[in-house]
Amino acid sequence: MTKPMKIAIASGKGGTGKTFISTNLYNLLQKKGLNVALVDCDAEEPNARLFLTEGILKSSREVNQKVPVIDESKCTYCGKCAEYCNYNAIFFLKEPKIVNVLEEICHGCGACSVACSYGAITEKDDLLGHVSNFEFSNKSALIESRTRVGVYSSVNVLKAAIKEASGFDLVLFDAPPGIGCPFIQTVAQADYVVLVTEPTPYGLSDLKQSIETLKGMDKPYGVIVNRAGLGNDVVYDYLKKENIPLLMSIPFDKNIAVSYSKGELLTDQDSKWKEKFSELFNKVKEEYGNSNN
Amino acid sequence: MEIAIISGKGGTGKSSISAAFATLQKEVVLADCDVDAANLFLLFNPVCEEEQVVISGQKAVIDYDKCIACGECIDYCRFDAIVEENNRVKIIETFCDGCLLCSRICPQEAIDIVDEDKSRIYAGSFKNGRMVYGRLAPGEENTGKIVSKVRDKAKQIAKESGIKDIIIDGPPGIGCSAISSITGVDAVVVVTEPTLSGLHDLKRTLEITSGFKLLTSVIINKYDINEEMSSKIEEYCAQKNIEVVGKYPFDPLVVEAMVNCQSITDFAPDAEISKLIKNSYLKFS
Repeated sequence: MTKPMKIAIASGKGGTGKTFISTNLYNLLQKKGLNVALVDCDAEEPNARLFLTEGILKSSREVNQKVPVIDESKCTYCGKCAEYCNYNAIFFLKEPKIVNVLEEICHGCGACSVACSYGAITEKDDLLGHVSNFEFSNKSALIESRTRVGVYSSVNVLKAAIKEASGFDLVLFDAPPGIGCPFIQTVAQADYVVLVTEPTPYGLSDLKQSIETLKGMDKPYGVIVNRAGLGNDVVYDYLKKENIPLLMSIPFDKNIAVSYSKGELLTDQDSKWKEKFSELFNKVKEEYGNSNN
Repeated sequence: MEIAIISGKGGTGKSSISAAFATLQKEVVLADCDVDAANLFLLFNPVCEEEQVVISGQKAVIDYDKCIACGECIDYCRFDAIVEENNRVKIIETFCDGCLLCSRICPQEAIDIVDEDKSRIYAGSFKNGRMVYGRLAPGEENTGKIVSKVRDKAKQIAKESGIKDIIIDGPPGIGCSAISSITGVDAVVVVTEPTLSGLHDLKRTLEITSGFKLLTSVIINKYDINEEMSSKIEEYCAQKNIEVVGKYPFDPLVVEAMVNCQSITDFAPDAEISKLIKNSYLKFS
């Protein structure tokens, strides 16, 4: 069996068009009959499903985390659990005797249970979110990660979604914005990263930060410039100077913005865009081949 | 007064609106809390006066002189961050959450803990007052912590210099860094756009702000991209009893202002959009 190809579509700056690119690319490849999954890893604000409405919900499962429950009848108020917790998620006072678990900042590492010598700590499940699997054909699926509103970290939910996509030949990740933990946990599992940016000083600054992060992780990448024509040349100059592949350039066009606003897919409407996204896929495959094998 | 500008969905215009709000004031403390993608320093080019190291977290490192590859740490680690490879125990750095449990249970005391100390926060002056911004070092992860440091610093500066207003430019999303950006503020402005994604993300963001019982209002940016969707957003806000304090048209001038390193209200004070932004801002003063 050949190794699955995993491609993340990411950007430092929010709203550059990650979901626009990943949903169109998935739509095209899925309709061509490829064995492909799109994983919506932006669990805080998952949007891919708004564009990909044809899939049928096959399964939805909970993602939980273990949080400690302290039995105060067994607790001796020694304070060792609070000392072991590196997230300050256990509030402890010796006098008066108070021990409280702050569930929302608990990372579920289990250190407090190990710390307790009195059997006073057990664990319960805390709901972090859901992973839903929408089937498009027997060969393709959208797998959505979605946190419960109020959950601090989306990492466990998006990791569970990525796990569910193992088994597909081609996996696309619609990555969360930024360069923090959700981004890192997503791209860490990809073989190639497509960075989407816009040709403005903000776009460039955020692109540079993403690239610096990817370099540290030894991940190959290429760039898509969205809304070309707005802004200035700083991004193009940078790509040229650094010899970074420009995978695609999408002109700013109010019609594209309008059709996006309605949840429409360009690759369903216009053969020109079908072709452009095909070209993008070929280019990504080529870059992926150069960098991975 | 502390006002936070957030959005749920990225790219709706938070930073442009924060920049405009900040320059409508004589004196303000501007806190850029989008530490993953801080941009306002590009616009205002502040004179940096103070740099502060932030310990964003900790990571485990194996001391191979002591490690006997017993693998006990592998069983304890819940982040799948420790693996055995060629009879050697190895930590996958990106998966390590910094809980320290492995170092506590290691019978050989072979696991050291190192601080992640490359992230910084900066404080400086710009033409309309003071500015605090953070920079998450590539590979470091705890954005929520850096956001709270940025806010603490902004509050301290405001207090010391007698500046009354703090404007917070928040991050996208509704996770730890967004939550850290809004807890305890006097007002939250959620900037949205008239798209399906915009409305979807707005709903989740408003759930967060109402959960924290924060005074919240909404700005619909680029409303003319899809007026039908804008009406839907307005209806939704009315239903939730949330005031829409501004509806701005799409205007390429906003990008031009950014390229020229100015807020839109400084760059084109007489443009319609600048007037609309001023009107929104007046509702908070």
